[in-house]
Amino acid sequence: MSVQNLNTFDPFADEGDPLAESADVGSTSDYIHIRIQQRNGRKTLTTLQGLPKQYDQKKLLKAFKKEFACNGTLVDDEKMGQVIQLQGDQRAKISAFLVENGLDKSTIKVHGF
Amino acid sequence: MASEEPLFDPSLKKRKKKKVDFIEDPLGADADPTKPAPETIDSTTINGEAVDLGPTTAHERMAQSGEAKSEKKDKEDEDFKAMFGDMKKKKKKKEIPLDFGDDSGTSTPLKTGEDGVPAEAATITADDLDFSDMKKKKKSKKKANFDLDAFEKELNESKAEDAAKSKPAKAEGGDEDEDEDGLEPDGSHLDNLDESELGEDPFAQPGDVPVGVDSGNEPWLKSDRDYTYPELLHRFYALLHAANPSLLSTASKKRYTIAPPQLFREGNKKSIFANVGDICKKMHRQPEHVIQYLFAEMGTTGSVDGAGRLVIKGRFQQKQIENVLRRYMVEYVTCKTCKSPDTLLTKENRIFFMACESCGSRRSVNAIKSGFQAQVGKRSRNKTG
Repeated sequence: MSVQNLNTFDPFADEGDPLAESADVGSTSDYIHIRIQQRNGRKTLTTLQGLPKQYDQKKLLKAFKKEFACNGTLVDDEKMGQVIQLQGDQRAKISAFLVENGLDKSTIKVHGF
Repeated sequence: MASEEPLFDPSLKKRKKKKVDFIEDPLGADADPTKPAPETIDSTTINGEAVDLGPTTAHERMAQSGEAKSEKKDKEDEDFKAMFGDMKKKKKKKEIPLDFGDDSGTSTPLKTGEDGVPAEAATITADDLDFSDMKKKKKSKKKANFDLDAFEKELNESKAEDAAKSKPAKAEGGDEDEDEDGLEPDGSHLDNLDESELGEDPFAQPGDVPVGVDSGNEPWLKSDRDYTYPELLHRFYALLHAANPSLLSTASKKRYTIAPPQLFREGNKKSIFANVGDICKKMHRQPEHVIQYLFAEMGTTGSVDGAGRLVIKGRFQQKQIENVLRRYMVEYVTCKTCKSPDTLLTKENRIFFMACESCGSRRSVNAIKSGFQAQVGKRSRNKTG
């Protein structure tokens, strides 16, 4: 056990920029957005946007479709990139699925009412 | 939601009725009123239909065995008496319902004949047994009757409710599109969403105030053991709040409340958020900012009408708007440092800054960004816009 007070630690040493390692501070680009959209009647669409590049969206879509028993497509948007679009309100399920498969919960943002 | 209520109703009602049944059962409708009911019966009826009481609690057994001992005055081993004291007493008093279950089972065919005749000449034991028999029979009969009655009543009620419910739905569903029925997108699925990210509920009505607990009379004060941490902590807060009640009152008074959003339906596809102006004023935010956030979050569009009400495209319920507003407040109203809602939002060089009035902290907030908008509805309609 060490006594903390006796450690040779200079509290005034220059630490550098604490935000240096994360390039996109304050930007929302690192979030995974799960949104919902109303269609006619009580039908809804769920969109999943901003997945990290290392995941194969096509395979993920297939897994989603099988797991949630719904249809869905992969949409290419000029601004937003690839977006997974599922039928019905799958927000809670998607978020649970992603967390279960090793994504950090703090990076997932669930939007909508 | 509302449709679930009639489902729950029957069991509730049934239980209530059953209870009444039990209460009037012990004496029964045609029990002999001249004779007082045996005291021991009461316990059986309260317990329900468990007639075979047998030896009850250890405490009672002790007491009973003590009685028996004083009566008989023989000093044999007490364990034996504790076990069989009830039976002995029964022999003497002939009132203990110890083996009602067994007796009534065997003697039912005999006693049923006496049921119609007021059994005055019969012995006390016979009476007791009779009574239990009657009770049993009556209960089953009544239950059957009651079930039928209740069922009919429920049927009628549910019918009436259905009619009442379908009427307004039809009334509002009839004016526009045929492809949409009166069903609402219900918010029940939201219950499993993360509640923690919404912060505290400003729409809840004030009222639940933490009460100042009494201090100085804790039972553990006099004991000699070591006090546990929670006990001492509790005591500390009790003393603190007793000494300066202002702490308590400010904690409860400072609660930030906002009138719940008023949502109406315009036609079939639009919702009207009536008091958006009031809520924005209460939050000290520009209505444009709030509206922009609402539209971005809910993935719809809309407009502000002449009376300052917000017309939102799509069907939304009060609960849903409330959730979005709560998220707005977490993000843009409450100070992240001191949780105070007393903040100002200013724009500098296209970046929004939130400055707290009470603690002076200042931080930038995210710009409102509406994400991907999927193609909904006809493509041809969208091309023009």
